[in-house]
Amino acid sequence: MMAIGLGHYLVVSAILLVLGIFGIFLNRKNVIVILMSIELILLAVNLNFVAFSAALNDLAGQIMAMFVLTVAAAEAAIGLAIVVIYFRNRGSIQVEDVNLMKG
Amino acid sequence: MNWTLALPEIVLACVGMATLIFGVLRKQDSTLLCTMFTIGGFLIAGLLVLTGTSGFGFHGQFVADPFSAFNQILILSGAALSSILALGWNRGEGIARFEFPVLMLFSTVGMMIMASASNLMTLYMGLELQSLALYVLAAFARDNLRSSEAGLKYFVLSGLASGLLLYGISLVYGFSGTMDLASLRELLVNPASASAGLVVGIVFVLVGLAFKVSAVPFHMWTPDVYEGAPTPVTVFFATAPKVAAMSLVLRVMGTSFASMVGAWQILVVVMSIASMLLGALAAIGQTNIKRLMAYSSIGHMGYALIGLAVGTADGVRGVLVYMVIYVFMTAGTFGCILAMRRKGRAVEQISDLAGLASNDPALAMVLALFMFSLAGIPPMSGFFGKLYIFLAAVQSGLWTLAVIGVLTSVIGAFYYIRIIKVMYFDAAAERFDPRPASLSFVVAATGLFTGFFFLFPAPIVAAAQAAASVLFK
Repeated sequence: MMAIGLGHYLVVSAILLVLGIFGIFLNRKNVIVILMSIELILLAVNLNFVAFSAALNDLAGQIMAMFVLTVAAAEAAIGLAIVVIYFRNRGSIQVEDVNLMKG
Repeated sequence: MNWTLALPEIVLACVGMATLIFGVLRKQDSTLLCTMFTIGGFLIAGLLVLTGTSGFGFHGQFVADPFSAFNQILILSGAALSSILALGWNRGEGIARFEFPVLMLFSTVGMMIMASASNLMTLYMGLELQSLALYVLAAFARDNLRSSEAGLKYFVLSGLASGLLLYGISLVYGFSGTMDLASLRELLVNPASASAGLVVGIVFVLVGLAFKVSAVPFHMWTPDVYEGAPTPVTVFFATAPKVAAMSLVLRVMGTSFASMVGAWQILVVVMSIASMLLGALAAIGQTNIKRLMAYSSIGHMGYALIGLAVGTADGVRGVLVYMVIYVFMTAGTFGCILAMRRKGRAVEQISDLAGLASNDPALAMVLALFMFSLAGIPPMSGFFGKLYIFLAAVQSGLWTLAVIGVLTSVIGAFYYIRIIKVMYFDAAAERFDPRPASLSFVVAATGLFTGFFFLFPAPIVAAAQAAASVLFK
């Protein structure tokens, strides 16, 4: 039986990060999926912080993870609010419809 | 604890909460009063910053030094100018709500914390306080499709940038064992001791911060957000957050990771060159003046990054002087853009400026002055900003950057001078509506600064020198 070490946590968190980034850039469907991808990135970061905190035997990483959780909650609230007003104006939250301004 | 070091931020946050409660409880429209309270809060915070002492507070999480004070004063001026400009415009657009100045104030508190951060944790909290308020501000005209689209785009890309920055912070923390900027610096005195994970972390941090200063290739949000957001919000985006993000880049890269310069210098050089080129080339085809200013700001950030790539005290001094000049000339230019209203509606095409010289000679003259300054033509202030940066680059042998900087300035001059041509030589269009006195005041004040900077550069350069020397002790 193989012991789970720091390396495993880092790999999982790196995979989550990459999934999150791809979710933002390759997703052509729905803005909500983008919000979920951002949350996924923040979760990857939290996993990193907690794993490092345990490995280093230092509390700072866990405190940071608390802050990140709090900020993620606030960010989700604001993000959903923006999606709601966008839907009210546009009548759609398809990613391909977010194209009024060329960029 | 030494919490008195954070007095400006604490006072400003209290003013913000008091203003919010006042605005909610008062039955009538209280936009004007809340804006006054906000500007009063900025003034008090500015005085407290100027009279404050230096030192570390909150167990080394927070620092007050000449560098943070310099940036905080600049952030406060940018925020105050944009809240004055917002007043008249928001009334005209029917979005004059008291939350606007309050959100601006909270975002400014976040920026001041960013300028004072001496720990990656403080840095992140300040950055998020700033960003969360900015998301709402970008979508503030909530019945306007373009504004809500700008808010959505800014939210997604800025959220991604924060995520990357955080991932970088987590790697830096994990591979060095500390998030304190001063300890990181001591730890990295010998750059050979840095592990690969740490270098990856530093690159992620740099990428996250580059998003915030909108350096190429992380600039995609800038033109859309500048165009879509209500114009006073664009003024705010273009001034204060840029200063805060640039101060973070300077503090994190210039001190903690200064010894790792070999790992990140090439990235900064590439971003700087790409930003200057894109700022100069992509702006040429623009017809919307807010979009043009977005590309112009990308270009200006490219010039400022030269100072970071140089990595000397002279380079940092150049960046700080450049940011002062940039904030005032950008606020002034946007003041002129805010004056572009016909029959109660905002117009923002460059062709709408046609014949402004015969309709409103004063506005045309001051806008021409700003355009010359943005193009970097002496004796306007924009020239001196570039001069200090290019001098620092040449002195440390970065000739490529200086030469590309001069070449892109020449290309950039084309589209700035085209605006002057439209104003002075094209057939006159309809007159603009009379402009509010607050707008004329801001435009005149920033115009005087931009036009006469060459008479009194010494105090600002000396303050920038003192601020820069803190980073190179």
